[in-house]
Parts: sequence; C-alpha cells; structure tokens
Amino acid sequence: MVEMRMRDALREALREEMIRNPNVFLMGEDIGAYGGSYAVTKGLLEEFGEHRVRDTPIAESGIIGAGIGAAMGGLHPMVELMTINFSFLALDQIVNSAAKLHHMSNGQINVPLVIRMASGGGSQLAATHSHSLEGLYAHFPGLKVVCPSNPADAKGLLKRAFRDQNTVIFIEHTANYALRGEVPGDVDYLVEFGKANVLREGTDVTIVGYSGSVHQGTRAADMLAAQEEISAEVIDLRTLRPLDIDTVVESVKKTNRAVIVEDDWRFGGFAGELSAQIMERAFDWLDAPVARVCSKDVPLPYNRNLEFATLPSEEDVVDAVLAMF
Amino acid sequence: MKAEPKVAGERRSHGLGSEQLGLFLYQMMLIRRFEEKTGEMYTKGKVRGFLHLYTGQEACAVGVVNALTEQDKIVTHYRDHGHALARGLDPNRVMAELFGKAAGVSGGRGGSMHLYDVTKGFLGGYAIVTAHLPLAVGLGLAAEYKKEDSIVLCIFGDGSVGEGEFHEALNLSVLWKTPVVFFCENNLYGMGVPLKESLSTDIPKLAAAYNMPAVSVDGMDVLAVHEASLKAVQHCRGGKGPYFIEAMTYRYRGHSMSDPELYRLKDEIEQYRKRDAIERLKAYMIEAGQLDEEKMASIAERVEQTVSAAVEFAEASPQPGIDTLYDHLTKEPADG
Repeated sequence: MVEMRMRDALREALREEMIRNPNVFLMGEDIGAYGGSYAVTKGLLEEFGEHRVRDTPIAESGIIGAGIGAAMGGLHPMVELMTINFSFLALDQIVNSAAKLHHMSNGQINVPLVIRMASGGGSQLAATHSHSLEGLYAHFPGLKVVCPSNPADAKGLLKRAFRDQNTVIFIEHTANYALRGEVPGDVDYLVEFGKANVLREGTDVTIVGYSGSVHQGTRAADMLAAQEEISAEVIDLRTLRPLDIDTVVESVKKTNRAVIVEDDWRFGGFAGELSAQIMERAFDWLDAPVARVCSKDVPLPYNRNLEFATLPSEEDVVDAVLAMF
Repeated sequence: MKAEPKVAGERRSHGLGSEQLGLFLYQMMLIRRFEEKTGEMYTKGKVRGFLHLYTGQEACAVGVVNALTEQDKIVTHYRDHGHALARGLDPNRVMAELFGKAAGVSGGRGGSMHLYDVTKGFLGGYAIVTAHLPLAVGLGLAAEYKKEDSIVLCIFGDGSVGEGEFHEALNLSVLWKTPVVFFCENNLYGMGVPLKESLSTDIPKLAAAYNMPAVSVDGMDVLAVHEASLKAVQHCRGGKGPYFIEAMTYRYRGHSMSDPELYRLKDEIEQYRKRDAIERLKAYMIEAGQLDEEKMASIAERVEQTVSAAVEFAEASPQPGIDTLYDHLTKEPADG
C-alpha cells in the first residue's frame, strides 16, 4: 500500500494497463505535453510516445467516434473528454454507437472503450462547467458507468475498465482528484463492477452515495453519531451500471431508513431510480419514505453563496435523516 | 443536367476481363432486382420500418466495393442493401434481416438500416447521418496501429457534408494519415433538399481544404467508379493517408418509402434513367464482344432465382425468440 492522491492512482492504473496490454492507447484534448487538464496523464507521453498518447483536436464527437472505431478494430482505447460537460457534444456517438452496436449487430461487434471525464460542481465554474451526469449515462442500456470516490477504488476500477469488453463511462469528481488514500501497489489489483462498498456499518439509517457525494454522506454520518447518537450505515455504490441494488436493499432491511445523496439534479435523476428500486424491494421494511438529497433544480450559479445553496451538503443529509425520526 | 457523357464503349480500356465485367453486371442487376422485390415486400407489409432503396445508385456500390480485398473494412450509411450485396453478404440473410427474422444478418435486431456481417468486414449501416465517419477514422487508426495491411471504405451521402462530424473526421484522418477511402454518393438530394440549397461550395473542395486528395467521378458509370476506387485504395494502402471520391449519382426512387417526391420533376428522373448504369455496362460489354443474348439471359435468370430464393428463405426463417431479448446487451465476461 502506498499513500497517493486520486489523480496519481488513476495515472498508475493507466500506466499499468498500457504496460500490460500494447493495444491500450490514450487520446484526448491536452492529454500529452500538457499532461491532462487534471494532470492525470502527466508524464505518459514521455514514457509511451506519441503513438500511444495522442493529443486530439477539440472535436468531442470525432474523437469519441474514432475511439469507437479503434475499439471495433481490435484496440482498447481510452478517450479523455476533459470534462463531462463536453460530452454532450459526443452524446450521439456514446448512445447510438458505443452503447448499441453489440446488441444491434446481434453480438458480432463490441466496443471495448474507456471514456474518462471529470464531473461535478463546487469550484465556481458556473452552470455550463459543473454537471454531474452519472445518472444520465446510467440511463442507457449497453453502457457501464463507474464513479469512484477514493484513490484505491479509482485505481482498481480503472484497471478493471480496461478488462471489460464494453464501453465504460468512467467519471471522476473534480473534488476527489487531490484526495489522498492508501492504494494497493499490486498490478493485478482490480475492483469488480457492480459491488457496492459498505464504508461503515450502522443500524439506524442507510446513506447511499457515489463519487463526490459519498463524502457528504460520511461526514453526515460522523455528525449524526457525535450529535444525535444515530448510527448511519454508509454505502458507496462505486458503479451505477451495473448497480449493486442487493447490498442497498440488504442494508435498508436492517436500518429501515434510506437517504440517497447525489450532486445531480433531483428531478428525473438517478436518486429517483434508486429510491424506486428500494421501495419496490423493501417497502415493508421502510419506516419512512426514502429521502433524496440532491442538487437544487437550477443551473449551478457562479456566485459562491448561491452555488453552496444549490449543491447538497452534509448538513442537508443530517436534516434529511433527522426528519425521519 | 450535365452534358451527355460519352458512351461507355468509347472510353479507354479498363483492363477488366470478361469475368469481372460479368460480375459487375450480375451484382448491379442483383441489387436492382433485390430492391424492386424489397419495395414489393414493403407494400405487402413483410418489410417494415424505414426503407431506403438503392435503385439507380448500383454503379457506386459495385464499383467501389470491388476495389477492396478481403481484409478491408466497410462502414456505410443506412441506404446499405446495395453495399452489403456487393460485398458478398448472403442475399438470403439480408432479406431475412429486412423481414426481421432470426436468420437475418443482424438477427432481426437491426433491420434495413443496420446490416452487419463481421466475417465480410461489413461493419454496419449507420442510421444517424455521418456518425460512421469518425468510426472509419478509428478503424483506420487501428489498422495503422497494428500495422495491418487493411484499409477502410467509408460510404456516405451528400447529406453528410453539413454535419460537424464530417469535418472532424476528415481533419483527424489527414492528421493521423489513416487509410480511409471516403466515398461520397452524391445523389443531389438530402432527403428532399437539393444539395445546391444546403451547401455553399462543392463537395470535393471540402476534402481538398483538409489537404485530402479528392476526385469527382461519374457515379452512373461502374467502370469509372471502379477505376477511381482502385487508385484511392492503392493510395491508402501505400500509407499515404485518406482519399476522397465524390460519385455523382441519382436515386430513382424516393428517399424512403414514405417520400411523396414533391421536390423533383418526373422528367429529371427520366433524364437520369437514360444514363442508367446497368444499360451502359451492357452496351459496353456488347460492343467489346463480352456479352451476348445467351449470357444476358443466364445472368438475368440467376438474378431472378437468387432474389426469389431470398424471399423464400426470409419467409421460412423463424422469428427471433422473445427469450433472446436481453442477449448481446453487453459482452461478458471481462477478460484478463
């Protein structure tokens, strides 16, 4: 185990997978000499050369499409889209080509592609640069959606993404890049998809989050334990597709209460899906309606106070829990 | 209308033998008859969904696809039956796909616009205009990356050139020197909008602007298309990067089966029918002493039998089972 930041853990995963599999190569905007907007690919151009670390024009649809084609041609590309906000420009390729080709071709074609992008608000980047679209991508059958919350998972999940035979949407919260944690150095270290992580056990309420929102959940659990003597179980979903609903339901059957935390908008978001599944499978165990703590339904404002008021906080989670007792 | 082209037989020798000319004629006639029959099957309700017939454009598919070798890859647009047949996909299984049957080339999951046969390097019809152009670049990149000898043929219509992805793909392809033949079937209309109303320049100039060699050929002349295609393929295989061909062609039928064709005059269609690619090849072959009535009758009979057999096969093929609904959603397990 070595302590490192999440961005370094991601880089280590890329390095190890590039060494393991010569068909893994990287492309994206400013991933070469610049080292990536969030410094994830720093040094990889020098180590692997231009053939395997390709800077691209600013052409999201074109480069995702080229990634899909390269994957169809037998390679295992990673395309970095800089941020999830720009992925709208590539949405057709992701949804109509990457997600559907395997099914539409009756299993003849598959698209082993890793699409990495940074997501989340909280940095005063205003409405166009602060999206959390994990739930949007989880909506499409055929895609896998991965959203790590810590350095160890980031490494293990990203390495696992390069073992998948399908397109993996790999989403990294910008607030997590500098997060430090212990990371296994083993080159065979993988974190399986569809296995949620029970970060702490509790008896009174289940708090479910992923990516950045896991941390609001754990801080809220700390506050509830210290101030209210409420024991919260905290679950990190790790992947939204496949979704480990069993772990969530099992927990809710024990605690009888569930709060879902996510940075995305509340209306039509993933929390709504999760809430419905909990109610479908654990209705008789619930002592209160499932609560959702999400972003307010507005484009995220630039102003610090307004931004803070829009995004979910640990205090919001605590309030939601207290309203259940 | 452009000036009446020279009669095919007057032109230079193409160096093609009787066998290859016979194949071209057979394939063009097969596509023509297959499409007529498909239209008939649509009116009978056997073929559903959106159906875009290739009638009139046969010289494009036959001319360009036959310039490829076995290891090459093809991605194309949704008017894809002609390309599939020219590539040698089993007509039985293509028709079965149009019928939505289990034995179809896409197992009944794709339909007319989404034909695939990986064993033939036929990697799909793409129904979102221009979506496959970046894919072609990626396929070319993979070939180059793995030092394979294969090239990619990317077929699209004139309607593609207004899309941003067209420009993104051409630019990337030149930057990365990917072996892609960009083959534009310019049938003059993007659905019902004439190209001259939707494009402010000429198509080959767009390719030239990205420093890609580009030519325009008579797409109603299979020999001209083939000759240009051989040159393009040779260019790509030689590691010189992509090549662009605009083939001037015309579809005799509407954009799709629901097209009322209010945007063009019957006379225009008749003018193009006078330049029909099949008739021109026949004339060329007769003049060259490579086609007589007996051979013609034998080709026509083979076409008729193949198309009839395709319909019979499609009719007899079972429906895909409901229990297969979730098949091929993702490919499992993970490897490594």
